[in-house]
Amino acid sequence: MYLIVVGAGKVGVNLTRELLQQGHEVTLIESSRPRYLAVEQKLEHAVHYGDASELWVLERAGIERAEMVVAVTGDDEDNILICQVAKEKYDVPRIIARVNNPSNRPHFDLLGIKPVVSSTDLILRLLGHEVPHQNLVHLLDLEAEKIEIIEVRLKDDSPIAGMKVGDIETPDRTLLISILRNGVGFVPTADSELQAGDDILAVLDPVQEEALKKVLGAGS
Amino acid sequence: MLKDGHTVSCLDQDPESHARLEVGMDCAWEEAGGLFTVGTALEVEALEMAGIEKADSFVAATNGDNTNIVISQIAQRRYEVSTVIARILDPLRAEWYREQGLETICPTRVAIEMLEDRLRAGFADVNARGGEA
Repeated sequence: MYLIVVGAGKVGVNLTRELLQQGHEVTLIESSRPRYLAVEQKLEHAVHYGDASELWVLERAGIERAEMVVAVTGDDEDNILICQVAKEKYDVPRIIARVNNPSNRPHFDLLGIKPVVSSTDLILRLLGHEVPHQNLVHLLDLEAEKIEIIEVRLKDDSPIAGMKVGDIETPDRTLLISILRNGVGFVPTADSELQAGDDILAVLDPVQEEALKKVLGAGS
Repeated sequence: MLKDGHTVSCLDQDPESHARLEVGMDCAWEEAGGLFTVGTALEVEALEMAGIEKADSFVAATNGDNTNIVISQIAQRRYEVSTVIARILDPLRAEWYREQGLETICPTRVAIEMLEDRLRAGFADVNARGGEA
């Protein structure tokens, strides 16, 4: 696959190196001359010098035949613009944009730039997973597809602690897919019994989140 | 625009810019009907504090083309401001976004046209004089 990566910071350089190792054809574009020269030592002809928000720079990098554009510069406006142009002007089938400042995320959504990756959000999500007093964590959100996976810790007073999975009346379009107990995860059957302290993974339609939380006794 | 009786709200990330607004004015910016908010263009709170929700027109003229393009689209799509104009220095980007329905002003293009006109006028002069000799 031919990919264009924009921004030769830590993310861009390491991503490009990994993709090259996997056998993909990659062009990395960097607009700072000193950084370009430093990266060129390692990645040689895979790196281009130029401002990827200028259309001719993208064209020189062969955007017309790129199957994917990944914009991971440190500037959210640049990432939005590059992805918007890639998608709407050059019909690149897939894009990925990095969100530097999480408060800019709604702007990416508004302009149809997705999927996005935000390291701040990822770390917050992991924190939620590690810190026990958070009793509901979003592990995966596919907004367009209307599917999410959440992890819920069963409290001592949860109405379903002690019940069998088959006896729980879960709302429509929700499914309990895994139980994590004492550091081990398993896929439950109808006979599996739930215990207080279990972490339950469920896949669901996001609109059913409140309804499922109520059943699991994990009120907001 | 203030002199025409409009209310003009200016948003800038540099608090010092306020002083520049008053250069050549005989009263304070606010007294003349101006508003000033400190903040960056992508901050929703700053935009709303500057009054974007009730604005009839919006001009994006920061020194960053991409910032102007993104913020203009936010003004158009999220706040539905009826007149939105973006300053875009890069002629290629300005042209493509104009095709996409964004009103753009490209100072580079305007300057090139002025220079061309001036140079052509100069050549015509020279040719005319050459003809007489």
